Amino acid sequence: MDETLVQIFKIFVSAALVDNIILARYIGLCPFIGMSSSLANGIGMGMAVTFVMVLASIVTWFLWFFILLPLNLEYLRIMVFILVIATLVQLVEIVLKKNVPNLYRAMGIYLPLITTNCAILAVTFFGVDYGYSLLEVVVYSISVALGFTLALVLLAGIRERLRFSRLSPFYQGYPIAFIATGLLALAFLGFKGLV
Amino acid sequence: MKNLWSYFKNGIIGENPILRLMIGLCSVLAVSVRVENCLAMGAAVTFVMVSSSTVVSLIRNWVPSQVRIPIFIVIISTFTTVVDLVMQAYLPSLSQAMGVFIPLIVVNCMIMGRAEAFASRNPVGLSIVDALGMGVGFTLVITAIGLVRELLGYGQILSIPVFPEHYQNMMVMVLPPGAFFVIGVYIALLNRFSRRSK
Repeated sequence: MDETLVQIFKIFVSAALVDNIILARYIGLCPFIGMSSSLANGIGMGMAVTFVMVLASIVTWFLWFFILLPLNLEYLRIMVFILVIATLVQLVEIVLKKNVPNLYRAMGIYLPLITTNCAILAVTFFGVDYGYSLLEVVVYSISVALGFTLALVLLAGIRERLRFSRLSPFYQGYPIAFIATGLLALAFLGFKGLV
Repeated sequence: MKNLWSYFKNGIIGENPILRLMIGLCSVLAVSVRVENCLAMGAAVTFVMVSSSTVVSLIRNWVPSQVRIPIFIVIISTFTTVVDLVMQAYLPSLSQAMGVFIPLIVVNCMIMGRAEAFASRNPVGLSIVDALGMGVGFTLVITAIGLVRELLGYGQILSIPVFPEHYQNMMVMVLPPGAFFVIGVYIALLNRFSRRSK
């Protein structure tokens, strides 16, 4: 039991901090730069990503180990996984709209954007590439999503402050956001060696 | 002819996918450590871009608009799979270096965006020119970023040393922060450049 706990903790720390999906692996940057202009947007996007990421990794994990591998269909992986994600996003949208309208209002507008969020597809690939068990995949996807949200919220906070600082006009908007992200990434390098 | 050229140029200057529209960033920052990887990535993206735009444009009159997104995704992922398998077979070391970013071309918003915004509404010839322009624009920017990073980070260009031997490698350029700094400075330069020309 202890050993599984240690293993799970390791996965959590490495996925959320050390190998932060945005700041260390450069995956999921489009929504990161696009949605980090305000804190509220950042949190909504983070929630939506967490939700879909966990669901998608569970579904693709089952598909990979019970259908694609036994049938030797590994080469169909890209197509199958992206279709699963696209379908899942649609389903989640419909279900939320019908049953949990409050939650839908909070993250509804972010859902369609998620289909082409590379972070989700990448996590489903990593989940099966690393040979994780089902429990580990769930922990892994939750930790990655937490790391994503953390980075998003951090940058959103910085950008809200940046709006009031005096900058050269050429640096306003995206350029300074990228440079702030670089500094954040530099700070996250400090987590290297933690696991 | 002049018209075609303006469509081609649009992808390189007017609506450069990376510096102007901020799409397709993941692969740019991840593989731009070495110029060699950048060129391969540019070629792969351009191939997928041109082929899927061609197909999308050819079938644009038969696709019902409600299901167009899944259909585009299937088309794009078909070509991505082709690139992935070809690279694994013939360029194993490059494919290793780029890892997950080859399959991730499928969710490169740039390709989906052009399929949706351009190829699904325009005839085949124009779509090919537009896709080619976007692909070349992508390749140019990614190579420009890779040039700076490889030069400062390793003191080399295309793995050929260019600096004297006692050059101290600037490690930060090879690490993630360097990528963000370089692209930030490039966008700022572009802003300055285009504002002055107006």
